[in-house]
Amino acid sequence: MSFLGKLSWDALPYDPIVIGTLTVVAIGGAFLFALITKMKKWGWLWREWLTSVDHKRLGIMYIILAFVMLIRGFADAIMMRTQLALATNGSEGYLPPDHYDQIFTAHGVIMIIFVAMPFMTGLMNLIVPLQIGARDVAFPFLNNLSFWLAVSGALLVNISLGLGEFAKTGWVAYPPLSGLEFSPGVGVDYYIWALQISGLGTTLTGVNFLVTVLKMRTPGMKLMQMPIFTWTCTWANVLIVASFPILTAALAMLTLDRYLDFHFFTNDAGGNAMMYINLFWAWGHPEVYILVLPAFGIFSEVVSTFTGKRLFGYKSMVYASGAISILGFIVWLHHFFTMGSSASVNAFFGIMTMIIAIPTGVKLFNWLFTMYKGRIRMEVPMLWTIGFIIIFSIGGMTGVLLAVPGADYVLHNSLFLIAHFHNTIIGGAVFGYFAGFTFWFSKAMGFHLDPKWGRVSFWCWTIGFLMAFMPLYVLGFLGMTRRLNHTDNPDWNIWLYIAAAGAFVIAIGIAAQFIQLFVAFRDRNKNKDTTGDPWNGHTLEWSLASPPQFYNFAKLPHVEDIDAFTDMKEKGTAYQRHAKYEPIHMPSNTNAGPIMGALATAFGFAFVWHIWWLVAASFVGLIVAFIARSYASGKDYYVQPDEVARIENEHLDNVAKG
Amino acid sequence: MLTRNLSKIALMALVALLAGCQGGVLDPKGQIGIQEKELIITATILMLLVVVPVILMTLYFAWKYREGRGEAYEPKWSHSTKIETIVWAIPILIIIVLGWITYKTTHELDPYKPIASDEEHITVEVVSLNWKWLFIYPDLGIATVNELAFPTNVPVEYKITSAGTMNAFFIPQLGSMIYSMAGMETKLHLIANEPGVYDGFSANYSGGGFSGMKFKAIATETKEDFQAWVDKVKASGEALTTERYEALVEPTEYHPVEYFATVKEGLFFDIIWEYMGDHGRIDYFDKPDYAAQPPAGFELLERKARESEEASQ
Repeated sequence: MSFLGKLSWDALPYDPIVIGTLTVVAIGGAFLFALITKMKKWGWLWREWLTSVDHKRLGIMYIILAFVMLIRGFADAIMMRTQLALATNGSEGYLPPDHYDQIFTAHGVIMIIFVAMPFMTGLMNLIVPLQIGARDVAFPFLNNLSFWLAVSGALLVNISLGLGEFAKTGWVAYPPLSGLEFSPGVGVDYYIWALQISGLGTTLTGVNFLVTVLKMRTPGMKLMQMPIFTWTCTWANVLIVASFPILTAALAMLTLDRYLDFHFFTNDAGGNAMMYINLFWAWGHPEVYILVLPAFGIFSEVVSTFTGKRLFGYKSMVYASGAISILGFIVWLHHFFTMGSSASVNAFFGIMTMIIAIPTGVKLFNWLFTMYKGRIRMEVPMLWTIGFIIIFSIGGMTGVLLAVPGADYVLHNSLFLIAHFHNTIIGGAVFGYFAGFTFWFSKAMGFHLDPKWGRVSFWCWTIGFLMAFMPLYVLGFLGMTRRLNHTDNPDWNIWLYIAAAGAFVIAIGIAAQFIQLFVAFRDRNKNKDTTGDPWNGHTLEWSLASPPQFYNFAKLPHVEDIDAFTDMKEKGTAYQRHAKYEPIHMPSNTNAGPIMGALATAFGFAFVWHIWWLVAASFVGLIVAFIARSYASGKDYYVQPDEVARIENEHLDNVAKG
Repeated sequence: MLTRNLSKIALMALVALLAGCQGGVLDPKGQIGIQEKELIITATILMLLVVVPVILMTLYFAWKYREGRGEAYEPKWSHSTKIETIVWAIPILIIIVLGWITYKTTHELDPYKPIASDEEHITVEVVSLNWKWLFIYPDLGIATVNELAFPTNVPVEYKITSAGTMNAFFIPQLGSMIYSMAGMETKLHLIANEPGVYDGFSANYSGGGFSGMKFKAIATETKEDFQAWVDKVKASGEALTTERYEALVEPTEYHPVEYFATVKEGLFFDIIWEYMGDHGRIDYFDKPDYAAQPPAGFELLERKARESEEASQ
């Protein structure tokens, strides 16, 4: 056994595309490093951000992680679409299966686990404590640790680009293909540890936010008065806590199969891959509701804000979200109707799945009736919402069609399926995150995004989406299955070309997002949000300054209505100047999170390459760091009343000035 | 002018779409596929009953109630029992209808259900290998690689397994697909009602050579044509022995069509049992009674088990 386990010079990349990418990343990284060094910002970055336990800063860092990983995941998407547009009529294209198969696996893992999840978690971090009138989450250190575990997982996926390979199994990593026999390389191990480590972080986030909403709501706020975004996040957290341990267990069993010659999922010795497939989707299906429910909440907030109305059917919305969460747990088998279950089993899971369309349909109607007799301001978040309602209706319809076993028998695993889930994840979750991003950007940063580029982004995303994915529905009907490396059917070509062109239109949409950010930063002094309530908002986050004071609420507000802040504005109790403030108890920043994140990365990396001494060392390090953190002193401090008064008065003066 | 151009484009797209549907699941050539196509169309129309109004209402409300048009504005209106009843009732009604259709068709289209026909069905044992398909005709004693044939209007029973990774056996124009899994037997029943050569492939990703894991399914016009095909296979003179099979298991891509005039008896079950480490293995051909009839797979095992149970009682 060598000092570096299986790691050798052979692990270095030889593919010119990979080498080129790594070079660009290295140059970019060096530039960023030099810039921070030159501006002498390392200390500030470490003390104020990387070690921060402030849910708002963690929220921003999660969203930055999501955007960085979006570039990686989208680069994969562009490569896949161009490969399939070039590799027609029997041509091989420019990506051989060895590379292409890693790309589609990485694309799926990255987009779901390292783009959508951090984006959702970031918005939840940013807003949920503010909406319930809390000063932070229940476990601020744990929140920081969750973030670093997510970063650790993302790092492992990216390291695999330069050292070794990523899994060539598809993002589901079904055995026996993902077993040692058919995937002897390190790719699946990278997959396992990236998901395992970030999944642990997600579980902790779920626990953290459930406790937060149950225990830390401001006085007067009943559960049925929580803002709808907080409610949908809460349902998502219930799903996280219930489903992520299943992923953890399934991956742990796959790990045992691969490392210790167990036979849970192998073909031989009594193993059975069907167990993995069941477990994977028992997590995987709730996972898509974890992604989309908070987006539903965002749309609800956006619709009621930009129509200047109360949300129609608040209770229906809460119960519908709950119904979706519970039903989402008993439909997993619809991912494999073609496995040969009996007709009654398939029919049960099919009908259960289509029942989910009922609460989802109710939600759509409730958004519509919120718009009814409203006064709609067509700001960018509202555009994303209207785009969502239209695109998602189509995605929902194709989803119900796939839930009919008789239809799924011919559409399963086809590009029709690919079109369907992009239709719901992009048109549902991602559009929602972009709506929330634009909606709450000024709240987080203190200045507005540029609406012109926001509109450009919306239209490019919408048109690009339709161009990229509607042809895939057609290709599915034409009998094209997923994960093909090249094709040889002239009838398919035109649709593959349109889809590739659509991907480039989406690329412009993504570029517009970055330009929008750049313009916003450049003009930040012009576009200041001085009042903290730019959209005439309904909920408590708009009662604070933008960005909010680090302690959020100087005095915990007393809530009497669902639209708590609207209620206060109407009663004239908003923006109260208090004569006297109490000291505020706050958590201190801690370096335990980033240190444990680094150790977790080393732990995963060591496992991937079988560097056993490093596995042991990093594991011991993790335990020691955790114990040290538990016994550390100086974990909290008090903000003194005079400082609170100074900060509050400054904000209230700004509000008075308008 | 604009609408006329738009409708022209829409018409062209529709024509292109329909013309492009040659060879896909919307161009079925067998009873199962035809039923599935009808099911897709029925379900889609049923759902469009909700989806189209929602989309139209969204656009209409967004236009009608936008700021500056001076339409009615009721900021506190947020509940109406009548509307809420309707918005729950409409999806519930549609799902009840669709649920009923689902229940009925799932049983009708159950891939395990033999197809009712006056014709005697033929049996094909299908083995997915990396990355090719092995077809064994147990009743005829022949086998082929990457080419499948059967007479038109004769139902075919497929018994499916895998010699490694998981795949899905799929001929889009004939209908349903089913996974192939090692150490297990899955079943599928299909029929071709029109003669032709149909594309078949694996519809579940199985590694590097997956894209080339294709085969042709030939539905011959008459039984005589089918017999001629069988004779052609037999004329090859090749024998699929255990050794020959082991060579075949080695991963290959775009494997050429191969014919085998004879097959080792019980090869399909050998492949399944291999993953059981031969645990609980029986010899299918040890008794003369059983040798008299062709091996019927697990039915045989079940019968044996039943008999031994009865004997012990």
